[in-house]
Amino acid sequence: MSWRRAMVVCRTDLRQLRQSRDFWIPMVALGGIFFFLAPLVLLTTITQLGDIDVVRRVSDALEVLPQSAQDQIQGDTPAGRTSYALAVFLFAPLAVVVPLTISTAVGAATIVGERERGTGEFLAHSPASTSEIYLGKLVASLVPGYVTTIVGFAVYSLIVNLLVGPEVGGWFFPTTAWWVLMLWVIPPFLALTLSLVLRLSARVKSTAAAQQASGLVTLPLIMISYGQSTGALFGAGATTAWVVGAVAWVAAVVGLVRGSHAVSRARLLGVADEQ
Amino acid sequence: MPGDEPVVSLRDVVKAFGEVVALDGFDLSVAPSRVTVLVGPNGAGKTTALRLLTGALTPDEGSALTFGLDPSGSMGDDVRRRCGMFSAKPALYDRLSGYENLRYSAELYEVGPTWPDRIAEAAARFGIDHALDQQVGGYSTGMKTRLALARAVLHEPDLLLLDEPTSGLDPESSHAVLGLIGDMASQGKTVVMCTHLLLEAEGLADDLVVMDAGRTLVAGPPDDLARQVWPGVTVRLEALDGPPAAALVEAAGGRVVDDGLTTLVVEVADLAAVPRLIDHLRDEGVLLTRVDTRRPTLDELYFALRGLRGTST
Repeated sequence: MSWRRAMVVCRTDLRQLRQSRDFWIPMVALGGIFFFLAPLVLLTTITQLGDIDVVRRVSDALEVLPQSAQDQIQGDTPAGRTSYALAVFLFAPLAVVVPLTISTAVGAATIVGERERGTGEFLAHSPASTSEIYLGKLVASLVPGYVTTIVGFAVYSLIVNLLVGPEVGGWFFPTTAWWVLMLWVIPPFLALTLSLVLRLSARVKSTAAAQQASGLVTLPLIMISYGQSTGALFGAGATTAWVVGAVAWVAAVVGLVRGSHAVSRARLLGVADEQ
Repeated sequence: MPGDEPVVSLRDVVKAFGEVVALDGFDLSVAPSRVTVLVGPNGAGKTTALRLLTGALTPDEGSALTFGLDPSGSMGDDVRRRCGMFSAKPALYDRLSGYENLRYSAELYEVGPTWPDRIAEAAARFGIDHALDQQVGGYSTGMKTRLALARAVLHEPDLLLLDEPTSGLDPESSHAVLGLIGDMASQGKTVVMCTHLLLEAEGLADDLVVMDAGRTLVAGPPDDLARQVWPGVTVRLEALDGPPAAALVEAAGGRVVDDGLTTLVVEVADLAAVPRLIDHLRDEGVLLTRVDTRRPTLDELYFALRGLRGTST
């Protein structure tokens, strides 16, 4: 397999996405809402309101968190402790939802879209092997979601440190668990999801059908990764996150290898009934 | 592969899609540097046959070899790199510019460091160099066709495959397609084209393969096939008061091939019989305005061959 040719497929797909304002404007909006707007409004409100009754009650409610999570919370005031807890624990699922949503949208259309536009004919007759086409399209589906997440994560970190940092004695974000989440846990969940989505995209007859089916497949994965991410951040500790990530990586590799067989030249041509 | 080995060899190929049998014991052999035209009605299996040649499809039964290799096997990438495909639907990426479409092809076919020059040459050759920066979605049908042609030959293929290349095109674009085939043939490249528009194959086809229901009805050089149908000389006759009566021609030893509204096409044994036929008609009072010995068109040949084999049109 030629990695170079796979990257040619990937680059061309990304080039097309870049030309599609109807794709990247919603993508940027999604990342902006989850990583910028929502945390900015919420954290600003809490840190500016100070020790009013509502904030104190939220602060008290933090006692329902596991002891290990409570031990991590910094800050001396209710506003500080509340904003710290929200910044570190509440937004973890967002880091999962954003890349999975974006990458699923791209991946669902990637193979069936070639067929619908008729461009699958070009790929089917090209020297690129089906594995190279699969890998190229996988990476092209993964990159937009993950890059949005990483950029969003950087923006989020800045907001958290600027707004919550002064309340807890300085810049503290990202925490170790967040680093593990972003770099070790999310990528395999993303790859596993895409391995399923691309298989669907190769088999169904229309982009609409691919997106519907992908939604059904990715929803449980979002819930699992949500739970795992939250659990890891809630004090199960970095060790658990490492283990969860490792298991996810194994599952992802198995899924990707199996998924690579879903792409065939016949399917690119739209004669998918071929055995 | 030795020089006289066929570039393409399909033997007893069966290919079905579900219950629809596209090819049913199909044979095809294409010699190097020949222009081979597959003709037949819709559903005859022409496109499926072309798709087998690059390994895009694999036969259910029988064997397919291109350049002596199995195109769906481990050497398939090498086979495909030597093939240029032009489909009836241009298969271009509308959101990319013309340049980016060509670049994609150049990179996939691993043209090498000269790819920018190749793109410039190919675009100039087909007259789309002025539009390379534009998104293909804004191209006219003719421009898309010319871009697809440029893409098909960008990597200088040894075997050019064309699927209904002039279907729905304006005269300029059709001319570009036929010009390309002529150029490829003159460069000694091998061309396989499938069509149901026989006019476009006229004068280009070294070999004609008439297909029906996934099988070869007859194959060979058009002149040889024509001699099978019309062993003699074909003469087109027109007269002042309409075409001569068939009975008059037959009385002079001619055989009526086509009895048209204004023209009568007849066959006589040899060239020496033509003056005798003219004399006879003149003696019968027919005022001839046109006498034209001619080679039958591919269209006439096609229908005659299908008629001989008892297929329906």
